[in-house]
Amino acid sequence: MSARTAWLLTTPALLLLATTAPAGEIPTAERRSGYELMGRETRAMQDDDTANPGMLGVLEGEAAWARKTGAAGRACADCHGDARASMKGVAARYPAFDAALKRPVDLEQRINVCRTDRQQAPALAYESRELLALTAFVARQSRGVPIDIAVDARTQPFLDAGRATFYRRQGQLNLACNQCHDENWGKRLAGNPIPQAHPTGYPVYRLEWQSLGSLQRRLRGCLTGIRAEPYEYGAPELVDLELFLMWRARGMLIETPGVRP
Amino acid sequence: MANALVNVPPRARRGEIIEIKTLISHPMETGYRRSQLGATIPRDIIRLFVCTYNGTEVFRAELHPAIAANPFIVFSTVATESGTLAFQWTGENGFSATESAEITVD
Amino acid sequence: MDRDTSRRAFLQAAAAGLGIAAIRVVPVHATPAAMDVAIRKVVGSSNVSKGRVTLELPPLSENGNTVPLTVSVESPMTQAEHVRAIHIFTELNPQPDVVSFRFGPRAGRARVSTRIRLANTQTVTAIGELSDGSFWSTSAAVVVTLAACLEDA
Repeated sequence: MSARTAWLLTTPALLLLATTAPAGEIPTAERRSGYELMGRETRAMQDDDTANPGMLGVLEGEAAWARKTGAAGRACADCHGDARASMKGVAARYPAFDAALKRPVDLEQRINVCRTDRQQAPALAYESRELLALTAFVARQSRGVPIDIAVDARTQPFLDAGRATFYRRQGQLNLACNQCHDENWGKRLAGNPIPQAHPTGYPVYRLEWQSLGSLQRRLRGCLTGIRAEPYEYGAPELVDLELFLMWRARGMLIETPGVRP
Repeated sequence: MANALVNVPPRARRGEIIEIKTLISHPMETGYRRSQLGATIPRDIIRLFVCTYNGTEVFRAELHPAIAANPFIVFSTVATESGTLAFQWTGENGFSATESAEITVD
Repeated sequence: MDRDTSRRAFLQAAAAGLGIAAIRVVPVHATPAAMDVAIRKVVGSSNVSKGRVTLELPPLSENGNTVPLTVSVESPMTQAEHVRAIHIFTELNPQPDVVSFRFGPRAGRARVSTRIRLANTQTVTAIGELSDGSFWSTSAAVVVTLAACLEDA
């Protein structure tokens, strides 16, 4: 049977489990990256920079970083210098509040703000090869850095909105994120283990996609999976959810570029 | 504009067997997938990978659609002399990519 | 590919339920017989003996799109005695050929790693071709699981 059919049959069973399992967040000490639930071979693929397919994107991003572009004829390097130094720790604190837009933006949006405002170049499309490459290159500079999302009066309302989305039942299957990812992580769904859903490796090389992809793409895929209408790329609901997920993963280490099944 | 990642040890002893890792960006479209509208997406794959060592071919791989996207190939060769290891990938729709690495053999 | 399988299974089940002869649908996948033909093309009329080839595959693959594979053949890899080629085949992918690796004595070692695609749970076969004209084979079975939430794209 197709994975979709299998999913439809297992979900009622999961819901039964959900009502009897203890509700609530995963205790901080029990948080695990999806890396730990993967098979040995997939982990080996992530660990080796000479074999990690996501590194192809990182290399492209490194070239893009140095390339002059836009009406301003500027490269990222012209303002930010060596990314190894200037971008270290950046991905670990995104989404971050943007004063001009008066709301948090994720790393992809931040890169596009630089492109349009500083380089006077057109914004890169979501999931475009170049945006994924630049994001992967920037995030790669934070590998090993603990996630640290600033929570203050400005970001709190957006964090709360993201949290509300995480706990809200959605879609035809009427499932909330927490039912799988807080309450049934580690159990198998259509053959594969359910991860806790910490975005430690984004942009991630997903074997299912056979390419790099963003957290927003993964979230939209999950929403499609529960038969909900996925929010558009760049939608505030997605960025708020990203903010909540990164806050929920606070202290866990960035792994970009991660490899996932 | 293909993107390749090649790993060759920069130095080796004469006669030592060295391991070479290669990774190239390519979708390896199988020709079996269908678009949302049901049309078959045409096949587009890398067909051949060749490694030469100072001009002499030392390894070759003939690829079919069952090789995963972003083909990854690890193979070995004997470090015979200092020089250049050259890698060439050729595929459908005129695809061609090259990469090279220098090795010092003592 | 999975839609075809489930639709075909559904049609056959529905037809059976109605007491009508099951609808025969031409399979989209290759068959073990097609694999044998592909192997014959490579080995010709020679015998293929079991052994000397080692095939390393994960017994359970999390995603059939990318399955790591390592294959090796023991051989001194001298001019007089070496591995000429290693060929990989599958029995249930849409086509049986996967890859052919060609070596000479300069390889030092007949050992290659790559990543392959497997459409279903199935057995993978590796054929080693030696410089003396002999052929050797080994096989390994892989269980292939799918991602739980498939995107529409």
